[in-house]
Amino acid sequence: MSGFLGVLQRELRLNLSGGGEVLTLVLFFIIVGAIVPFAIGPDQVLLASIAPGIIWIAAFLAMLLGLDRLFRPDRDDGTLALYRLADMSMAGVVAAKVIAHWLTTALPLIIASPFLAMILAMDGPTFARTALSLLLGTPALAAFGAFGAAVTVAIRRGGLLAPILIAPLCVPVLIFGVGAIAPLGGPDQASSAMLFLAALSLMALALSPFAAALAIDWGEE
Amino acid sequence: MIGLGEHAEFIIAAYAGVFIGLGLLIGRIVYDSRRVRARLEALGDRRG
Amino acid sequence: MNLNGIDDTPKMSWWSRLAHPGQFLSWTRPLIWPLAALTLVLMLVGLWFAFFNSPADYQMGDTVRIMYVHVPTAWLSQFVYAAMSVSALGTLVWRHPLADVSMKAAAPLGAAFTAMALFTGSMWGRPTWGTFWEWDGRMTSTLILLFIYLGIIALWRAFDDQLRAARVVAVFTLVGAVNVPIIKFSVDWWSTLHQPASVFRADGPTMPGSLLTPLFVMFFAFTLLFVTLQLLAMHTEIRRRRLITLERRAAQGDAL
Repeated sequence: MSGFLGVLQRELRLNLSGGGEVLTLVLFFIIVGAIVPFAIGPDQVLLASIAPGIIWIAAFLAMLLGLDRLFRPDRDDGTLALYRLADMSMAGVVAAKVIAHWLTTALPLIIASPFLAMILAMDGPTFARTALSLLLGTPALAAFGAFGAAVTVAIRRGGLLAPILIAPLCVPVLIFGVGAIAPLGGPDQASSAMLFLAALSLMALALSPFAAALAIDWGEE
Repeated sequence: MIGLGEHAEFIIAAYAGVFIGLGLLIGRIVYDSRRVRARLEALGDRRG
Repeated sequence: MNLNGIDDTPKMSWWSRLAHPGQFLSWTRPLIWPLAALTLVLMLVGLWFAFFNSPADYQMGDTVRIMYVHVPTAWLSQFVYAAMSVSALGTLVWRHPLADVSMKAAAPLGAAFTAMALFTGSMWGRPTWGTFWEWDGRMTSTLILLFIYLGIIALWRAFDDQLRAARVVAVFTLVGAVNVPIIKFSVDWWSTLHQPASVFRADGPTMPGSLLTPLFVMFFAFTLLFVTLQLLAMHTEIRRRRLITLERRAAQGDAL
């Protein structure tokens, strides 16, 4: 357990101190969201109706963008090799990294999302559901992302490959994430989507550390 | 050949697409197989 | 793991006969030509049935003939993924050298059949639904399956060392296999939400036998075609690995 906390602490310290990468991702998230009105026009009604989708897409892209720093720096400076020799299981290391990744990429995005909600003309209750669905859904994105980063860590130029591999697997997260906000099928559908989203996140969080650890171990051998 | 009705072009396009695709697939696999065998022979491997 | 030159067991079990790449090569090589001939015959019979000996559907007219290539390719798009997943298990659990080869050979085949299923689907969709592309549950999840296949192919190509690639790809393939049903379910949920029950169903509960005969013949023809191509591609892959070993050895010999 102390090893787990140690990895978590190290990750958080590195991510938060390392030259404001967290802020860069938040900026990316906001810019993607803010650029959409330029492409589709400033119609408030239209914007409000697609705002949940825009926010989810922006969050999805921002999280994919942050994937490469998950394992690659550790592999390059040899930390990953040390982790493999350590007493602690690789799955534990990955789990700690997923949590740190979520805290330093997804959480800042959620904190920044009210700004996007405001400029995209979202109303209060819809924004509340959006924040809740991001809170429930982004852990799954982080978990899938960690798996994608683990699969490509042994490849020297794997930077673009991880998003390509992971995006199809993330389709259910997007579907239920947006479905939990937009009341297309009525409030019943939205709450069942919220439950599906939570289930997806729990399952992804539980399974992905093991799959990622397997991929790292076998990719490095 | 029977008449294919009012949507003949779609039926023909579907079959043509599939069989061109299959042709390319088979061609690629056979070409690959021949090339690798030829290079193995050139290196003196007689196991086939 | 190279078993060449190790001959300590007097009688090989069927399992190790199957496992040894060289053995596999020699016992499956005679199968290829008969399989190819059978595939060709079935394909021709199927085409004959499809065009000359099956009626037009009373609802869809002659476009129903697209079904005879659409359904077999759509079936293969999923069957090949299942075959790849079984091979991935073989790689991870038993470290079976042939499983790597089988996984690698199947990926481009699966991608090709999936692309064909999408293509024939859109050719069928245009006359019956009035659009080439409909975001309906099946087409959408088939498209995502194609993306997964292409990702797997890209992953194979990104690695230099094929042994490491096999294990990593195997993990990804199995994670994909766990995800495919979830994707299917979510996409169905999503598409029924957006367009309530307006989509026509290709597989009605009753289909007259005159339509079933060509469908079955084509189904077996395509499946046999996959088996034949898979065997051939596996042979090539086994030989390619042999070739790489020989070339490396030759290069080392030159260096010495």
